[in-house]
Amino acid sequence: MLRYTLKRALSLGLSLVVASLVIFFVIEVVPGDPASFMLGLNAQPDTIAALRSELGLDVSKLERYLVWVGGMLQGDFGTSYTYSTPVTEMIGDRIWVSLPLALYALTLSTLIAFPAGIYAASRRGKPGDMAVMGATQLGIAVPNFWFAMMLVLIFAINLRWFSAGGFAGWDKGAAAAMKSLTLPAIALALPQSAILARVMRSALLDVLGEDFMRTARAKGLTRRQALMRHGLRNAMIPVLTIIGMQFSFLLAGAIIIEQVFFLPGLGRLIFQSISARDLIVVESVVMLLVFLVILVTFLVDLAYAAVDPRLRSRT
Amino acid sequence: MSLSRNILLGGLLCLCVVAAALISFLWTPFDITQMDIPNKLQKPSATHWFGTDHFGRDIFSMIMVGARTSLAVALVAVGIGMGLGVPLGLWAAANSGSWLDELIMRGNDLIFAFPSLVIAILITAILGPGAVNAILAIGIFNIPVFARLTRAGALPLWQRDFILAARVAGKSRARISAEHILPNVANLLIVQGTIQFSLGILAEAGLSYVGLGAQPPTPSWGRMLADAQTMVSFAPHLALIPGLAIIASVLGLNLLGDGLRDHLDPKIWVMRT
Repeated sequence: MLRYTLKRALSLGLSLVVASLVIFFVIEVVPGDPASFMLGLNAQPDTIAALRSELGLDVSKLERYLVWVGGMLQGDFGTSYTYSTPVTEMIGDRIWVSLPLALYALTLSTLIAFPAGIYAASRRGKPGDMAVMGATQLGIAVPNFWFAMMLVLIFAINLRWFSAGGFAGWDKGAAAAMKSLTLPAIALALPQSAILARVMRSALLDVLGEDFMRTARAKGLTRRQALMRHGLRNAMIPVLTIIGMQFSFLLAGAIIIEQVFFLPGLGRLIFQSISARDLIVVESVVMLLVFLVILVTFLVDLAYAAVDPRLRSRT
Repeated sequence: MSLSRNILLGGLLCLCVVAAALISFLWTPFDITQMDIPNKLQKPSATHWFGTDHFGRDIFSMIMVGARTSLAVALVAVGIGMGLGVPLGLWAAANSGSWLDELIMRGNDLIFAFPSLVIAILITAILGPGAVNAILAIGIFNIPVFARLTRAGALPLWQRDFILAARVAGKSRARISAEHILPNVANLLIVQGTIQFSLGILAEAGLSYVGLGAQPPTPSWGRMLADAQTMVSFAPHLALIPGLAIIASVLGLNLLGDGLRDHLDPKIWVMRT
């Protein structure tokens, strides 16, 4: 297990290095100099030069890359060009919207998908299965931001159960904060739960044909008991993969959903920073998101090995 | 049989969308650039089947023209993914185990590590919003999908007798890939193509919704939704109809893909050869 973990950790580190290089150099090609953008059209060249040196833009690209990466390793993401506040602080404020939202949505998606997938698999070919599969087909086809608008229309405008947007803030209490994240989380969770339910169903159906399931039935377990005790654990590998992938979809999907609900999360921060040419913020937020995605992939790899000991020896 | 039902229903939905897009080149019920303020925000009626928007433009006509944008963006994005991904996958499979194979596959893993929407937003933000950049952003993420699929489909084929025969006949690896491997993975690619196509439509709608896709005056379903957002309380049909158009196309493509997968099951196909 240790060797497996080390090998995975090495590949995690390598991915992060390459990702940081890609992000840095992609963003470097953005036309427009942040210093001249901040100072406006009538700025004197020497003022621009002074600001460039203050922002650390006057050194070579390689040097800037190393400073950026070195800072991040120490938890320092640099200083925003436009707000002159530490990027770490800006991210810190907003990640407490985006991360809980993604986790909330992931929880909802799992809570809907597991029972639906298990139910469909146990009723294979029967009307119950067909109904669940039909619903998931529809769920996959629904754009989450449109579904979000419909939720606002029904639950915020007509029924007035929730507010149509904005974030209450954690200082108003967890209940109020979670309430303002509820509609966004449902909007994010629906399409993902449809995908997850389908994966759960097909993974279970694959397992049902295995010899050990026949053995379990032969030793006297009911179909349901065999499914729950032996089928579910063995079906978890593909399901875990999808859950891991969904986390990245949810983080990214949150960017658009945050626009629908006017949530002050990382997504809005990215949009604001892009339009303000605040490159350091864009770089850092994208790097953070990629880091989270790569980290989750790493954790999913470890979870595989925990669920299925055979995988440890294989690599 | 449910498989032919999927193909029929999916095909029908796709046909409607494609027909709407094609007919819109020749005819739409109203001119979509024509403002008609006295008739703004009308509910669906006999004259305006889907109602009118805040400028009095006919929504049915806008949906028809918007279908063009959605289909064109998604189609070209799938084309980019297939055009680059399939040769890479074939190449990787033909040289499996080599450093080239390793490089191609690790490169693919890296693209997968990026949340695709984040990078799509980044690309359109860097290159400027617009349909072409949206295509590029969506297309890039289709490359590893097709590369992986092609490689996975091609690898077992290289062990088969008919490939051995081709090699004995003196054909190069590149020629075998093109003449023997590609036709045998085509079914997989067609099915995945319909799925990526539907994902492309969703992605285009998302990018247009946040203002990074097709720019005015080109109508786009995603932007119609963005325009509708502030009016959803008093004119819900503005939001409802473009959303249903997106759902119909995505659902149609997914059903078609599912139906085709059952119909063209590679296992059955391999048995037949």
